[in-house]
Amino acid sequence: MNRQSTPFTRFWNEFRENRIAVLALSIVVLLALLALFASFVSPQNPYDLANLSLMDSRRPPGFVGTGGYTHWLGTDPQGRDLLSAIFYGLRISIQIGLAAGFVSLSIGAALGILAAYIGGRVENLIMRLVDLQLSFPAILLALVIVALLGQGKVQLISALVAAQYAYFARTAYGAAKAERGKDYIEAAVATPLGSRLVILKHLLPNCTPPLIVVATVQIANSISLEATLSFLGLGLPVTEPSLGMLISNGFPYMMSGRYWISVYPGVALIILIVAINIVGDQVRDQFNPRLRR
Amino acid sequence: MLGFIIQRFLQAIGVMAVMSLIVFCGVYAIGNPIDIVIPPEATQDLRDEVIRRLGLDRPLYEQYFIFLVNLLKGDLGRSFVYNIPVLELIGGRLPATLELVLISVVSASVIGVSLGIYAGYRPESWTAKTIMAASVLGFSVPSFWVGLILILTFAVNLGWLPAGGRGATIDIWGVAWSFPTLDGLSHIILPAINLALFKLAMMIRLARAGTREIMLTDTIKFARAAGLSEITILRQHLLKLISIPIITVFGLELGSTLAFAVVTETIFSWPGVGKLIIDSIAVLDRPVMVAYLILVAFLFVTINFVIDLIFALIDPRVRRGAAS
Repeated sequence: MNRQSTPFTRFWNEFRENRIAVLALSIVVLLALLALFASFVSPQNPYDLANLSLMDSRRPPGFVGTGGYTHWLGTDPQGRDLLSAIFYGLRISIQIGLAAGFVSLSIGAALGILAAYIGGRVENLIMRLVDLQLSFPAILLALVIVALLGQGKVQLISALVAAQYAYFARTAYGAAKAERGKDYIEAAVATPLGSRLVILKHLLPNCTPPLIVVATVQIANSISLEATLSFLGLGLPVTEPSLGMLISNGFPYMMSGRYWISVYPGVALIILIVAINIVGDQVRDQFNPRLRR
Repeated sequence: MLGFIIQRFLQAIGVMAVMSLIVFCGVYAIGNPIDIVIPPEATQDLRDEVIRRLGLDRPLYEQYFIFLVNLLKGDLGRSFVYNIPVLELIGGRLPATLELVLISVVSASVIGVSLGIYAGYRPESWTAKTIMAASVLGFSVPSFWVGLILILTFAVNLGWLPAGGRGATIDIWGVAWSFPTLDGLSHIILPAINLALFKLAMMIRLARAGTREIMLTDTIKFARAAGLSEITILRQHLLKLISIPIITVFGLELGSTLAFAVVTETIFSWPGVGKLIIDSIAVLDRPVMVAYLILVAFLFVTINFVIDLIFALIDPRVRRGAAS
């Protein structure tokens, strides 16, 4: 098979030229794997209360605990090994980010494309609503929704989706509106194909590149937003701490110099978010026709 | 011109009406504040009495109607928890937030635009690349985390600046302000930096993109051919041309910074509106939540309206396009 032939290999070859982006992608993959196999790589199961000992709480990095192994990043107030807690926290953060990202992508893309395809009143109604919401800061919206719905994974994801679907709707609408006016769509509409087929087979595939770009950025954003909400005490229940919750737990102890409880989960969070953003930047540049060589 | 203003004004009122309905339904549809306001050991008579006094026994549409009428009279209800008028409660906290937000946004804009113009003017220089790399960080790193690191570094480890609170204040026209006193100023520095970083990154990127684009246009070529000095070109021509997107973002950012202040105020225990809303959410103090959201919506709508007006004044194309 000719390696140059598929769009994917062409895309990958161009992506490979940016060393920083490749590094960022490998970090994202590594962190995702660590999160996926958290139960195998972490020295301790931080959710199993039988494993924890209060004797070990708030110990500095490098301390050898009652379990007989070294806590390389120290322990938190409950006596959890921080390294293990970070792996498990990564898992929750990534889970929430992906779930919120995909649901907002689906809802937003559907609304945006429908608005562009149908036009008229529907278009006006949907896009006015989206614009109204975009002028309102996402964090505030998520804050209020999560406050009203209460704590839990589903509630948190709904709040993130409600705060973020508008970005996808805007993007999908812009792309679909431009495609809608082109001859191939007019031609497809003129054939006896049903609207559903025209949208799914012709319109949607041509709107995907910008949506992919927004999706990468928004997944990073939902991870960050989730961490912020958890930090404010409006995120997940304490029994399954995400990275934001770990940081929040350590905050009161920071004043007395026990920095590691907050700092290391934060470092993990930032590495994850920055790496995703760098990958997203590169993907955006590759999809941007104005930067095409 | 007058037609344009009236059209935009009516639009703004329409948006406010929709927002008030959404906010009201959103806040009132879910959650039951009665359990929080009334102790569980209260008698049934007392319960009914309190529910009636708070107007919670009436149907939702009636509650909304009463709320709307009171809103027009400038009465946003009483806080369930503090039992004082909400407007008074929020008004008392507003100066602290405004002070913080204004200092952050103004300094972020001045510094950000200068750095951005430099980065766009000499894009290949080492300094410009450093500025841009830093701005990527400013975008990516969650602001609560930056706040923690600021506290850890400057308050805990170095001990230079206080970690929270407002410090000494001075009354000007009956309102307490922190910035005129040295102690207050030292309290405001860390939260202001925390709040400003995201805006700074955004202003840098905006100014840089505008500068790069405009430096390649004929306007600049002709200005150079006319023998104007580079400083004059930057000040007289470039700054004017990049100002339109920057004014828009400045206005919008003023509003969103107000929202982001929620996070910063929580970290630094800054006694502003953001801290108030977080505390109110925790105890489901509905009137405060509704009033806060309506206030933020009102600010956004007003800012958008003013931006539109400024646009119409600067750019005649906007005026004509909207009128037709």
